[in-house]
Amino acid sequence: MEERVVEREFGELALNMGPQHPSTHGVFRLQLHLRGETIVKVVPHIGYLHRGVEKLSETLDYDMLPPVYERDDYLSPTSNSLAFVLAVERLAEIEVPRRASYLRIVVAELQRIASHLVWLGTFGLDLGGALGGGATLFLYCFRERERILDLMESLTGTRFHTNMNQIGGVRYDVYPEFDKEVIETLNYIENRVREYREALDANPVFLERTKGIGIVPPWLAREVGASGPVLRGSGIQYDLRKNKPYLSYPEFEFEVPVGKEGDVYDRYSVRVEEMVESARIVRQAIEGLPEGPIHSRKPLKSATLLKPPKKDVYVAVESPRGELGMYVVSDGSSKPYRVKVRSPSFSNIALIPHILPGHLVADAVAILGSLDPVFGDVDR
Amino acid sequence: MSFLEGFVQGIVLLGSVLGVVAYLTWFERKFSGRLQSRIGPYWVGRPHGWLQPIADGLKLLAKEDLTPLKGDGLLFNLAPVWVVVISFLGFAFLPFTSNWVLVNIDLGLLYFSAFGSLIVVGVFVAGWSSNNKYALISALRTAAQMVAYEIPLVLSLLVPAVLVGSLDFKDIVEAQREGWFVFFPFVGQVSILVFLLSALAEGNRIPFDLPEAESELVAGFSVEYSGMKFAYFYLGEYVHLLAVSLLTSILFLGGPDGPLFQGGIWVAIKTLAVFVGILWIRWSFLRLRIDQMMLLNWKFLTPLGLLNLLIAGLWASLNYT
Repeated sequence: MEERVVEREFGELALNMGPQHPSTHGVFRLQLHLRGETIVKVVPHIGYLHRGVEKLSETLDYDMLPPVYERDDYLSPTSNSLAFVLAVERLAEIEVPRRASYLRIVVAELQRIASHLVWLGTFGLDLGGALGGGATLFLYCFRERERILDLMESLTGTRFHTNMNQIGGVRYDVYPEFDKEVIETLNYIENRVREYREALDANPVFLERTKGIGIVPPWLAREVGASGPVLRGSGIQYDLRKNKPYLSYPEFEFEVPVGKEGDVYDRYSVRVEEMVESARIVRQAIEGLPEGPIHSRKPLKSATLLKPPKKDVYVAVESPRGELGMYVVSDGSSKPYRVKVRSPSFSNIALIPHILPGHLVADAVAILGSLDPVFGDVDR
Repeated sequence: MSFLEGFVQGIVLLGSVLGVVAYLTWFERKFSGRLQSRIGPYWVGRPHGWLQPIADGLKLLAKEDLTPLKGDGLLFNLAPVWVVVISFLGFAFLPFTSNWVLVNIDLGLLYFSAFGSLIVVGVFVAGWSSNNKYALISALRTAAQMVAYEIPLVLSLLVPAVLVGSLDFKDIVEAQREGWFVFFPFVGQVSILVFLLSALAEGNRIPFDLPEAESELVAGFSVEYSGMKFAYFYLGEYVHLLAVSLLTSILFLGGPDGPLFQGGIWVAIKTLAVFVGILWIRWSFLRLRIDQMMLLNWKFLTPLGLLNLLIAGLWASLNYT
């Protein structure tokens, strides 16, 4: 059903921001009702990037699905396949070797850094435009991210959709110089991130544009089910890696950064801090990498042979965007009966109609950027 | 100066400004490339893509020229022409060397600022006649921004005029032989600051490029324009930028005056230096919001400009009686 946009009241301008717009971070339509430049009402429209992965899952075998889910949230592929793989492992009661668990963490955390770097860069574009200072920040962040992608390439042969996670373990083992390269990359990125943070925190224009804008009060964040940096930006210390640990996260020491005000600046600050914390985790994982096998299953002759018992599980991981949950129902066959993805971006953008009214159009872009939605993840 | 002579000089001026502007865009792309650890144009014309501006010009000429069906066709087509013509007209009054100026009148500064303030009409008409909501919002922003920043701009332009006691560029240049106005204690520095900030706002440059804020308004007033008409706006912007840099070098940096030798070379060097400064600001700053920008104008630049003008006036009245 196509909803027609009509100007309802005199003096109110209905502006369609999207689905094709430089700063909606994908195909997303915001129907803004403006009075002057002030937003009075927002109706978000989603679904432009619906690819039907959940339905597709019902026709594919379990072992075929992790790569499919990597295409879901296209900025942090590993967390998606990780959530799915963990769910299937719990369904089929497969134990994962410790080494595999460590390697999964290494890749997941490196990709968290990469994802946050993309976020920081595109946030620069939102605030400064593609033809100005924003583009400079964007290109710097992408240059840093390139280092991580190179690392991924030498580890797995793929730059981005690493396909690292496999049911029962990981697909690729590290090579001898990997740890040295990782530490080097982390040193480089940490320095850069610190530098950008200093530069941005000293930039009056950046502070003006982010402080006190788009405040998400903690109750609202809870109400809409926000998670990840958005929730933590509002001051709620909730991180699945700490609160409902999975893999070997309890063995690592790291902080969960939280904000105070819940404004755009706090979300930015939480994400930048998280990059540093992720680097900390990767360092520990690389140093304490246990010996042993990297997967626990014997190779199967056919993917149809993996038949988990009849039951259903919900497993959630902390993706760079928040709580990424997979609800998998098995009917005892080699294909899932139903998969439901609880995607963090979907819940986070539910904040939009609540926090946008009262702001200006320029703030709408900044706030939307600060929620870090990935529309592959929202629409699935 | 006979008519023919003036005509030829005008054509030469027009052509050289066009050429300079074309290569300023190339320079900006190379410069921003270096700033962002890229290379910039490289392949179109070796070395370093020196043919890029020409290739871009040809590309824009060959592009399909669209006029929105529901827009106001006449105004839509007129607006880019207006912007370009007005931006070029300002150049007629600027002295490039100490003894050459196309239109030699003693009210050069007044004419220049008068023509500068007419650009807003073209931009507003462009936004209005596009019949596009983004363009409309942009047009409203433009009107607010350019009219508002006109005030501190003129206030700061008046300072050298008051110090010299003349609106003639030649007199202003002449008076700076004893000392450039940028070194004039307090008054000079404040007025160059106010001038550059408001000139950036007038020229829709970052951090004040709200009319064409592409992350909010896609491309602002020029969103419906394509091909050569779009290029006209781009051209107008760069011509304006060149004029601002040139004006800064003439009004505040002593124009053709300089160590070792005198003449047009110094004007070129100073203009380029100011231009690089503006580029540097553009490629390292984010964008302000409309209300913050208006606050900056009304609460900071305008009072400061007024105060500055007052001090300059007091100084002048004490010295020139």
